[in-house]
Amino acid sequence: MDASVDLAPCRLLRPALVVEDLTLRYLTRRGEVKAVDGVSFTLAPGQALGLVGESGCGKTSVAMSLMKLLPDNARLIRGRVLLGEHDLLTMTEGELRRFRWRRISMVFQAAMNSLDPVYRVGEQIVEAIENHNCEDSRQQARSRVSRLFGLVGLEPQMVDRYPHELSGGMRQRVAIAMALACEPDVIIADEITTALDVIVQDRILRELRLIQNDLQMSMVYITHDMAVVAEVTDRLGVMYAGKLVEMGDTSEVFGQPLHPYTEALLRSFPSIRGEKLPLIGLPGEPPDLIQTPPGCRFHPRCPSATEICRQKVPPKVQIGTHWADCWHPLAVTATGGRVPGDQIHGAN
Amino acid sequence: MIRAESLTKLFPISRGRFKRATSLVHAVDGVSFDLPRGQSLGLVGESGCGKTTIGKLLVKLLEPTSGRILFASPPAKSGDAGGESVDIARIKGATVRNFRRHAQMIFQDPYESMNPRRVVLDTVAEPLQVQGIGASHERLDLVSGLLDRVGLTPAANFLFRHPHELSGGQRQRVAIARALVVGPSYVVADEPTSMLDVSIRAGIMNLMLELAQTQGVTYLLVTHDLAVARYMCQRIAVMYRGKIVEVGATEELLQDPLHPYTRALLSAVPVPIPGFRRQEVNIKGDASAAIDPPERCRFYDRCPLASVICLNSPHPTLAEKGPGHQVACHLV
Repeated sequence: MDASVDLAPCRLLRPALVVEDLTLRYLTRRGEVKAVDGVSFTLAPGQALGLVGESGCGKTSVAMSLMKLLPDNARLIRGRVLLGEHDLLTMTEGELRRFRWRRISMVFQAAMNSLDPVYRVGEQIVEAIENHNCEDSRQQARSRVSRLFGLVGLEPQMVDRYPHELSGGMRQRVAIAMALACEPDVIIADEITTALDVIVQDRILRELRLIQNDLQMSMVYITHDMAVVAEVTDRLGVMYAGKLVEMGDTSEVFGQPLHPYTEALLRSFPSIRGEKLPLIGLPGEPPDLIQTPPGCRFHPRCPSATEICRQKVPPKVQIGTHWADCWHPLAVTATGGRVPGDQIHGAN
Repeated sequence: MIRAESLTKLFPISRGRFKRATSLVHAVDGVSFDLPRGQSLGLVGESGCGKTTIGKLLVKLLEPTSGRILFASPPAKSGDAGGESVDIARIKGATVRNFRRHAQMIFQDPYESMNPRRVVLDTVAEPLQVQGIGASHERLDLVSGLLDRVGLTPAANFLFRHPHELSGGQRQRVAIARALVVGPSYVVADEPTSMLDVSIRAGIMNLMLELAQTQGVTYLLVTHDLAVARYMCQRIAVMYRGKIVEVGATEELLQDPLHPYTRALLSAVPVPIPGFRRQEVNIKGDASAAIDPPERCRFYDRCPLASVICLNSPHPTLAEKGPGHQVACHLV
């Protein structure tokens, strides 16, 4: 084989990130919190994957696991997080240092508040670049920071400002610039615009989309906001009580949700456009993750729950690249009507 | 029922080494609006626009720097005459306590707004005690009935719980019960659902809507979330840096926004429809607080339509551009 053949196309086919059976517990005084249970998904290069769910669903724990930034009381029971052939979860801190920031990095909700108040913001990014050996000289690091600021929509003179001189939105953009500093393949964004006003949020989301396209970067976007996720993501995973209950192309999950929880979530969101529909939430509360309910974790709140849901863990129902773990998935037949999923088990 | 006239609230900022106030934040600046009975009003805007301050002024948690808040208590029975108009900013003493029967507040944070050492019964019964309504056993019945009505049922299970034994949604229901127990004429709700999980919010909003009907309560809903304001309110007032820039019937304002800020705000709201192409958000620069603002339109620096007229004229006043639809802009 000719050694000069360009292998790039093969690299493009390989996923940017593969998460396999991620299972995490936290040890607390009250008992073991089953925070993440058997979560698996694949992220293609340049793709934005959303993880939505409410408090306690485990999405932030998943995010932290992807960077292996876990608190002392966390126990990784099993699972793999693959960047290329490398499983981050088996690496030592030393090995991880070569991956964090350079191959995978993270921006989280409070990032704008965790900038060092004593250093100018540009300087903080230069330091991060130097610490991770992403540039050869300080001069080059500085010019990279200028480019990054332009990328996130910050004026060049902001480089010399201190964090307290910038607004929340600007500080969040600095945090994003920092996460992009070494041009990682994957960026994890955890509720990055939740604390920001809607006009600032719009600007940041647009810039992030442009950056993603320019750099062919993959993104895991974590939020509780279904509207943002509709705009920003290509693939969507819905989490409930530590489990991934549904996954598919964003348009499919919105258009034809399979899991009753997904549908409930979609019908809980008021909108300023379209017909004003009555909102239907969910009764009850998210479950206790220490004493998880038997069978399907969603059954206590599910309008479609039956006896088998209370006893047995639900199977995976799959239609193309769209799947859900449910005994009674909502599904669309060829004629466009909805039937309970029991009738489609045979078809697949 | 309520008419705010040229309501102003200024906060001093300490500057200089001797901490003498030399600058003023114009949190609320010459704001006028009506809150008619039965027409819930959504006060929307981004952080720092003054909406929370107005909410607190309307329940006398803050006193205005200038302006009037005229309150006419609604008639007890239809056919009766209502109360006379009173400027609640001027009342003192016992009159204040009487007033508080009419105006209550629900706060954003269900974890901070309740005394952690008090059980639910005491929290909800307290306004009754303060107002001297009913004897002990009567209060118990009243509170139990109300707990059932807000969905904390059976009430007996909740009466003696402490806040830490309740979820966020349950605490907010207690807050709603507490606000309604004295039968107020209006309730200021400041972001009542923003700290709750999404699937819980719908229940709380529907509850508030239902209670508005059955208890005859009018809401002043303070929120940054236009979708929530749409769901809950018949009218919406948009605020920017201490001023109301547009006010009108909800559906009309959303369909036909006239002020450039309202348009920018609406176009920035994400839409839960994959593939939906929103318009470009037409606004310049970044937001900032109204500290010692110059006398011209507050929106001048960010307005895509800003012209010479805007630079040289004082801040525009609200003018009627359609039935019930007012806009403060020189160019509309």
